[in-house]
Amino acid sequence: MDTRERMEDVREADLHTEHQILNMGPSHPATHGTVKFVIELDGETVVDLDVQVGYLHRGFEKECESGSWYQCIPYTDRLNYNSAILANLGFCMAVEKLLQLETPERCQWLRVMAGELSRLGDHLTRCGAACLELQAMTPFLYGIEARELTWDLQEILCGARVTSNYIRIGGVKHDMPPSFPHAAREMIGKIRALLRDYDAVVTQNRIFVDRLKGTGMLSKEDCIRYAVTGPVLRAAGVPLDVRKDEPYLTYDQIDFDVPVGEVGDNFDRYLVCVEEMHQSLRIVEQCLVKLENLGPGPVNVDDRRVRWPAKGRVFNQMEELIQQFKSVTEGPRVPAGEGYFAIESANGELGFYLVSDGSAVPVKVRCRPPSFINTAPLPLMVRGAMLPDIIPTFDFVNMIGGECDR
Amino acid sequence: MAEDHGSRVLRRLLDRCGAAVVDTHARLGDATAIVRKEQLSLVMRTLRDDPELAFDMLTDLTCVDYLGEEPRFEMVYHLYSIAKNQRLRVKARVSEQACEIDTLCPLWASANWMEREVWDLYGVRFTGHPDLRRILLYEEFQGHPLRKDYPKERRQPLVGPNN
Repeated sequence: MDTRERMEDVREADLHTEHQILNMGPSHPATHGTVKFVIELDGETVVDLDVQVGYLHRGFEKECESGSWYQCIPYTDRLNYNSAILANLGFCMAVEKLLQLETPERCQWLRVMAGELSRLGDHLTRCGAACLELQAMTPFLYGIEARELTWDLQEILCGARVTSNYIRIGGVKHDMPPSFPHAAREMIGKIRALLRDYDAVVTQNRIFVDRLKGTGMLSKEDCIRYAVTGPVLRAAGVPLDVRKDEPYLTYDQIDFDVPVGEVGDNFDRYLVCVEEMHQSLRIVEQCLVKLENLGPGPVNVDDRRVRWPAKGRVFNQMEELIQQFKSVTEGPRVPAGEGYFAIESANGELGFYLVSDGSAVPVKVRCRPPSFINTAPLPLMVRGAMLPDIIPTFDFVNMIGGECDR
Repeated sequence: MAEDHGSRVLRRLLDRCGAAVVDTHARLGDATAIVRKEQLSLVMRTLRDDPELAFDMLTDLTCVDYLGEEPRFEMVYHLYSIAKNQRLRVKARVSEQACEIDTLCPLWASANWMEREVWDLYGVRFTGHPDLRRILLYEEFQGHPLRKDYPKERRQPLVGPNN
């Protein structure tokens, strides 16, 4: 048998092939998060995936357990830095649960409005960055321009753009400035126009749709097994939203819809996110009307345990001076007990489980991070798919390193 | 006042596996059951599979270190039932000497990463866990930093392939 005959005899099945291991990350330009994937590849097909998180672990819980309750709030800003106000809100409401505090109505409407602006910014980042990572620069810029507008509004509201530190235990930092409603309405108009432009470029775009449709599927049952929440779960057809199921603040008085998808692929996730942005704008508008009708009122509870006395009284009354001194040096004391409180953050259920022993220092500050829990089923979503499908799937799971790794 | 759903859930749980439950309460409106750690899997399976309970989601799982108390650690599980829109907290004490508890991975896939996190940060082992590696810290890290006796100021070298 000569060489040529032998060559013809070798079929593909007889060739020695082996799976290739590919490291992707931890700082990969196509993932908007610091995470490492160890991918087992058969050609271009993903056989298995090991997601290695933890690169942004900063000891959030350890830090919280060594300061006062108030000192935790700036740390919560840095959990999900795209929607800092929502993390503030989750933590403060959990502390209020332990203190059994009810915040004034005006404060609740302000909190809802600030939270929805925050959610809007988060979704804009997710949808914008997803386009960028699929090599579409223009829609990314539309998304980021709209996010800038939400950040401008946050700046008017609380003085900071990203790490807002706006929500306080028992209230908010201060009421909105008189110029806010006008600025907000103007910017809502601009954001709607940008969303229209974004929609026109992306939603019908053949390349974008092809990369998203049918990729990264996660069934309803698997979502529930993995305790996935937020847009990823809703895209799979489960209308679960803490704002509707266990309404907190004033969500039971607000008219908004919870969009759901059909099959649970990346395209459904995209559509759910876009619709949620429109719903958030609706909620902000309702809050503005309500706040204007309510008229001026307190935005903080009148409770000495958590709020400082008014400055005028501190300077003139002995009792208030002592109170202020104790509040500043010690911080509030929270009654002994435990409590879990969950809100709907941009990524899903953001819960805080707090344990207090009655002192001014928390025993336990557990953050139930939706990013961490939603990232766990990622191998399930991409097994058997092509290598490039990891990118849009990871985009729409929207793992935020700060919140995932804490 | 009509009985709320939380106390109905707790009563049903006591009916089904009363021997495994040490105590129940509903402070601050959070229905809570404290169970024996040996019977944790049994209780959790009942909570998931009983049609009147139907807790289909393990939303959260964490641990608290009560240094100085015996048993030292407390595992805290938060369950949610989509159909009943009801939450339940289940707790089980774990001692420092026998620092392990049954894994819940066969019941809920969400337990996998959260149990790895508890192992990483508290050093509680999960018997039967398919892949009990550190998750937030690196393999060479020594100790479990969320234990109350781990000093906050302690620094460890970052270990890379070449040093």
